[in-house]
Amino acid sequence: MPMLDPDILARVQFAFTISFHIIFPSFTIGLASFLFVLEALWLRTRDEAYLALYKFWVKIFALAFGMGVVSGIVMSYQFGTNWGPFSEFTGGVLGPLLAYEVLSAFFLEAGFLGIMLFGLNRVGPKLHFTATTMVAIGTLFSAFWILSANSWMQTPTGYIIENGRAVVQSWWDVVFNPSFPYRLVHMVLAAYLTTSLVVGAVGAWHLLRDRENRAARIMFSMAMWMAAIVAPIQIVAGDIHGLNTLEHQPAKVAAMEGHFETQNGAPLILFGWPDMDAEATKYALEIPKLGSMILTHDWDGKIVGLKDFAPEDRPNATIVFWTFRIMVGLGVLMALLGFASLIARWRKSLYSGKWLHRFALIMGPSGFVAILAGWFTTEIGRQPWVVYGLMRTSEAGSPVAPAAIAGSLVAFVIVYAIVFGVGTAYIIRAMNTDPRFAHTPKGEVLRAGSRPVSDPTITPAGE
Amino acid sequence: MDYQLIWVLLIAVAVFAYVTLDGFDLGIGILFPFIKDPAKRGKMMNTVAPVWDGNETWLVLGGGGLYAAFPLAYSLLMTAFYIPVFTMLLALVFRGVAFEFRFKSKNHQKHWDFAFSAGSIIAAAMQGAMLGGFIEGIAVENAKFVGGPFDWLSPFSVFCASAVVVGYALLGTGWLIMKMEGDFQGNLRKLAKPAVLWMAVNLGVVSLMTSYINPAYAARWFEVPNLFFLAPIPIVTTGLLYWLWQAVSHREKTVFGITLAIFLLCFVGFGITLYPNIVPPMIDFRTAAAPENSLAFMLVGAAILIPIILAYTAYAYWVFRGKTGDEGYH
Ligand code: HDD
Ligand code: HEM
Ligand code: HEM
Repeated sequence: MPMLDPDILARVQFAFTISFHIIFPSFTIGLASFLFVLEALWLRTRDEAYLALYKFWVKIFALAFGMGVVSGIVMSYQFGTNWGPFSEFTGGVLGPLLAYEVLSAFFLEAGFLGIMLFGLNRVGPKLHFTATTMVAIGTLFSAFWILSANSWMQTPTGYIIENGRAVVQSWWDVVFNPSFPYRLVHMVLAAYLTTSLVVGAVGAWHLLRDRENRAARIMFSMAMWMAAIVAPIQIVAGDIHGLNTLEHQPAKVAAMEGHFETQNGAPLILFGWPDMDAEATKYALEIPKLGSMILTHDWDGKIVGLKDFAPEDRPNATIVFWTFRIMVGLGVLMALLGFASLIARWRKSLYSGKWLHRFALIMGPSGFVAILAGWFTTEIGRQPWVVYGLMRTSEAGSPVAPAAIAGSLVAFVIVYAIVFGVGTAYIIRAMNTDPRFAHTPKGEVLRAGSRPVSDPTITPAGE
Repeated sequence: MDYQLIWVLLIAVAVFAYVTLDGFDLGIGILFPFIKDPAKRGKMMNTVAPVWDGNETWLVLGGGGLYAAFPLAYSLLMTAFYIPVFTMLLALVFRGVAFEFRFKSKNHQKHWDFAFSAGSIIAAAMQGAMLGGFIEGIAVENAKFVGGPFDWLSPFSVFCASAVVVGYALLGTGWLIMKMEGDFQGNLRKLAKPAVLWMAVNLGVVSLMTSYINPAYAARWFEVPNLFFLAPIPIVTTGLLYWLWQAVSHREKTVFGITLAIFLLCFVGFGITLYPNIVPPMIDFRTAAAPENSLAFMLVGAAILIPIILAYTAYAYWVFRGKTGDEGYH
């Protein structure tokens, strides 16, 4: 049975678990920075609305973070369980990067998370703000190291092969491998954008109910600034990233673009159906020469097609072509939302324009979809290699009984569906509560304890 | 510098840190079946709510460190322990989210309590079973795993699982005795008595069986002159068990401390039994080590960052020191 091929099963299992994982970090990276800003604003202005917003979002953060942690711990063991030969081959290179991630990021986040969630009254606002800062920095360190590791697998440099394993020659070249800076920028922007869309959607939801809701106004306005600024930057960053990919992984770009023939003055294929067997993109709707223009900045530039690569070295263009379009399409819609919010701001209808609020509401989850689509493009586009040009995915799998992999895959699907389904429901419920009342005694996370905090107005009486 | 030796010791320290730190918070879940009152359960959970994530990070360091420093061992062990590793991870998923979820819904509180408790018990049992499978040895030929998916399961590993579960429960009890007051503390003391007995039995049986599993293990302990150097370990452990038996009925802080000391001695004992193997019975840590420059590169980071980590971790514990009142989740 082809489905019981252990390689396919292991890949499906890995893809499933990491796709779940990435959803939470994308959100917590952005949210941690957002909380940092909110608390800073509160400390500066002592405006209670910021504290209310902090308390509103920190509850959601705690839920998302918890799910990020448990799904992440699974990841750190999966390299060995599923990809034993890969682990042996890359251990000396990727292992230290992940070890640095644990030491510099995970401990930092985990060490200060407790104070961030429960410690306000024990340590006071200043130290509490330090804890929030540390958690936010930790999430960014984490992104740094893991993306460095992933980028090395895409564009390996700085190593030699000795006794069948990769040995590092230059740590600088390993960490700052050619695709890393692009990927880091693109991913961190993606996380910020995703978060701003979620925050914007929640703000819009409360504004649709009551446009006078001050807390909702603040978050909506902050989120729309973020979207208006970051979405266009992300499009530029993505374009530059694509040029970098063209340089190092031309087969991936050919698959993303749906080009089978190598040609000068290649068209931009907007839509179509890349058919791997027929070696052609069917039903293509194309704009002449624009493809060359975008990728080489020359109307007659030469673009390599998939046929230049041996059939066993080609990634699956049907999937990559479409995931790429989903990501780009959503990116354009996000920029459009940002632009619309600028117009509304200018026309003073930011808090009253129902169509804008509805648009923002619909766009709420779009960041997650774009991130997943982006990663599918990146990862499937690098196939059949797991370490580009060095190790094929088919050589990377552990010798585990297919039934064991299949069994654990089924278990993962069931457990994740329950746990993350319920968790998402709790998050949505928390989003639905009115942010104005987030720091009244009833619905509190940061509870006021016996010791009064420097500003007595924030210590609810009788608590 | 002997980087390979330094790293095998560092990983041992990380694993020990994990066992003791996550040990007591897994222990709290293991105690849940004996404490039925939801309010008390909430309090128990709140004693560890601010620190559990940091505790579990040592597990990530153990796994990540093994991948980085001894990739061959990581790959062989994870493949051999495929089923218990995933079972443990899934159990930890349930347990980890239960911290947040339990306090989000009154209607489902019972279910999340169950998830927390079952998750803790299963995770602890899987760790014990892997320890057992590890001591018994892993089928390796030409640096490839050649065993079956259930090789780790045996009467011995079941015994090890039971030892770890009860050991964690004792750590949890010791922790809670420090954090709780009054009647509830009394309940905990009553629970601790049989647990100490059961742990003593488990430790005895596991030690004896270990010396039968592999003649080399027995030789390590019983040959002269090792016998004289090593004899203090079992003797002191026995003494500590007796002291623990007495302490549980009236001391506050020592219960936790003595249990930790027993864990430490057992851990050192395992180290002595297995050294220098990292994948028993054949592969020693030098064979499995990553290239020298990888170990050196990581050591720089570890030397700088681990002291900092210890400092802020200690700070976090200090912030939440003392008896746990009503703060935490609600
Ligand atoms: C761009 C960001 C990013 C990406 C691509 C990944 N992660 Fe992640 N990861 C994070 C960003 C992150 C984070 C934001 O830093 C998290 C979320 C919650 C947390 O504790 O840190 C996290 C958590 C997290 C944890 C739990 C840490 C803890 O106990 O506190 C582990 C073990 C991993 N991750 C491991 C991985 C592995 C092995 C990955 C890939 C194969 C991976 N992550 C992809
Ligand atoms: C976090 C978001 C990520 C997502 C959504 C993602 C998605 C995927 C998908 C869909 C596959 C399967 C590709 C295929 O089988 O065709 C895959 C494979 C893989 N990815 Fe990623 N990936 C992510 C990040 C990473 C990172 C950060 C690393 C390494 C540090 C990584 C390492 C791998 C490995 C080892 C495989 C298995 C071999 C393979 O099938 O390519 N991935 N990933
Ligand atoms: C129109 C705008 C965009 C363009 C031109 C673009 C371009 C690209 C390209 C070329 C890649 C593949 C990189 C590779 O081959 O390794 C990529 C990956 C990715 N994209 Fe985009 N992107 C755009 C918008 C977005 C948006 C809006 C998001 C999320 C909010 C996003 C998130 C990602 C992620 C997470 C990845 C995978 C990680 C990475 O390789 O950086 N992208 N993008």
